[in-house]
Amino acid sequence: MSNFLKFLLLFIFSLPLSLQGQESGMTADEILDKVDANMIADTQIISSEMIVYGKRKSRTIKSKGYSRGSDKHFTEYLSPEREKGTKMLKLEDRLWIYSPATDRIIQLSGHLLRQSVMGSDLSYEDMMEERKLTTLYNASVLGNEELDNRQTYKMELLAKVEDLSYHKRILWIDTERYVPLKEELYAKSGKLLKKTSLSEVKKIQGRWYPTKINYKDMLKDGQGTDFIVNEIIFNSQIADRLFLKSTLKN
Amino acid sequence: MISFLIKGILRDRSKSLIPIVIISIGVTLTVLTTGYVTGALSDIVDQNAKLDTGHLKVMTKPYAENKDQVPNDLALLGLEELTTSLQTQFPDVLWTPRIRFGGILDVPDQNGETKSQGPGMGLAVNLLNPNSGEGSRLNLDRALVRGSLPENPGEVVLSEFFAQKLEVNLGDELTFFGSSMEGSMVFYKFTLTGTVKFGMPAMDKGAFVIDITDAQHILDMQDGSGELLGYLPYEIYDDARASEIATTFNAQYDNSEDYYAPVMLTLKQQNNLGSTLDYSQTVVSLFIFIFVFAMSIVLWNTGLIGGLRRYKEFGIRLALGESKRKVYRLLLTEASIIGIIGSLIGTSLGLAGTYYLQIVGIDISKYIENSTMIMPSVIRARVTSNLFFIGFIPGLLSMLFGTMLSGRAIFKRDTARLFNELEV
Repeated sequence: MSNFLKFLLLFIFSLPLSLQGQESGMTADEILDKVDANMIADTQIISSEMIVYGKRKSRTIKSKGYSRGSDKHFTEYLSPEREKGTKMLKLEDRLWIYSPATDRIIQLSGHLLRQSVMGSDLSYEDMMEERKLTTLYNASVLGNEELDNRQTYKMELLAKVEDLSYHKRILWIDTERYVPLKEELYAKSGKLLKKTSLSEVKKIQGRWYPTKINYKDMLKDGQGTDFIVNEIIFNSQIADRLFLKSTLKN
Repeated sequence: MISFLIKGILRDRSKSLIPIVIISIGVTLTVLTTGYVTGALSDIVDQNAKLDTGHLKVMTKPYAENKDQVPNDLALLGLEELTTSLQTQFPDVLWTPRIRFGGILDVPDQNGETKSQGPGMGLAVNLLNPNSGEGSRLNLDRALVRGSLPENPGEVVLSEFFAQKLEVNLGDELTFFGSSMEGSMVFYKFTLTGTVKFGMPAMDKGAFVIDITDAQHILDMQDGSGELLGYLPYEIYDDARASEIATTFNAQYDNSEDYYAPVMLTLKQQNNLGSTLDYSQTVVSLFIFIFVFAMSIVLWNTGLIGGLRRYKEFGIRLALGESKRKVYRLLLTEASIIGIIGSLIGTSLGLAGTYYLQIVGIDISKYIENSTMIMPSVIRARVTSNLFFIGFIPGLLSMLFGTMLSGRAIFKRDTARLFNELEV
């Protein structure tokens, strides 16, 4: 067999590998579908704590969040005392915050949603983004990498809609459990904005789910913010009234 | 002899008019430019000192490194102890705390829901203590457009533009929404007592002022402050004294291992003011140098033309036995008189123009609408004592240099050929 023919065959057979998961033969979209199947549900109820590592001291903020679909979210803060009773309701691209101290409901929208939540490394958008990755990004598999003794697909996601905070994402997805283990989030300019590390992956209601996420805002100093999921319930009934603005004051 | 020369200058205008006009124009421009640059710089320095830098500023070291981000989580704590220590060590300096912070001001409708809102730039100063002098230092009392300054906790003044944008009136309630020093969510109700026009686009866009104790309370900064500003006696900046104080203070913390150790900066060490001032000084000096150089060349040329015109006169004087040195000396005396007359006229016109610009000023607000720099929207010139000689001396010197150069021709005249040249 001539060298040219060998090269041609090698090229033809290697071509699909750049477009598909290199070992499973899955396409990038199929991998993302599996990730979405783990991470996204019709409804979610999450009891969580957020540990914000400040320069002088750290704070732990406990909350309970309810979400339905990609556009209805309600969160109530349980502790510390200063935050207790604060409620947030997000309906589509608008967010209302209720403060018991002033008995006021304040509406946030637009660029204000990109502000930090309680001094953490998360923005309001980060906290409440529940849309499926496949609807937001065009994905491609960059290769396979080992990360913390786990085989991962390294994937590049490029925005296909306009209103996203992060134009590009690089994800490392566990090849067995289809859960992201690491993520880098980039601005349109190519600047790295945030890094997340996802760990303590547990099987909950038949799906793999990371119960500890460290968010690191690359534009800030410090250790970042840990978001710990203490309990998560998928696809349970959530009362409609939770997603009403009038409920915020009650 | 002088009166003879003056008579000559006045009667024979052809030898004095053009040099006097040229010198007058040059001196006027020098005085006016210097007065305007001095005024503009003084205004910028003064505004920065009053609003932001103080004559001296104490911050924690990490706060100072990230000052532009206003990192209140790195603020000074133990403020009272630090202030007492500074007052003991430097009793001639007045120390006053300031907190800068950002957040959203939200105006409720009758149902308590958002009617209007906007991001605001908060400045907390010692307003409720009448001895602090902060109201007059920041010119707030004179800048009031409506209402009055806060007299009680929980009161706020907004920039007039911001108040109009939020559609809020005196007595209305506003809710501040932001983050505490440690990042907790903060909601606090304020009552609008007045609106002001700061005269600086950066602040007029969206600034509000509250009392420092309110800020300490809502931002969880009890006994803390982002910055502690120091003002020298009579509120006049003296760089040598400020540097001396800062050096003495900083030496105490040179070997400190405390991450939050304080550091003191002088006015010139902040906001690039040092380099701005040095640069402006260089520009003014360069302008004067170019003026003297260019005028010398012009006056040299004028002198040469005058010399040609007076070729016969000099020849006759030399032929009559006047020494070349004496003719040259009289020429220089004459030049000095012309220089003095031109410089006097120029300085007078320049001072008059500078005074006019000091009163009226030039409105540059249109050009700095989007500027974030602290600078006044009306730039005014300033009449200072140096303006009386800053144009006068170069005006005189340029005439002298010009005449010295052109007058050299006198020494090149060959006395033996004078009669031949004069066609006697």
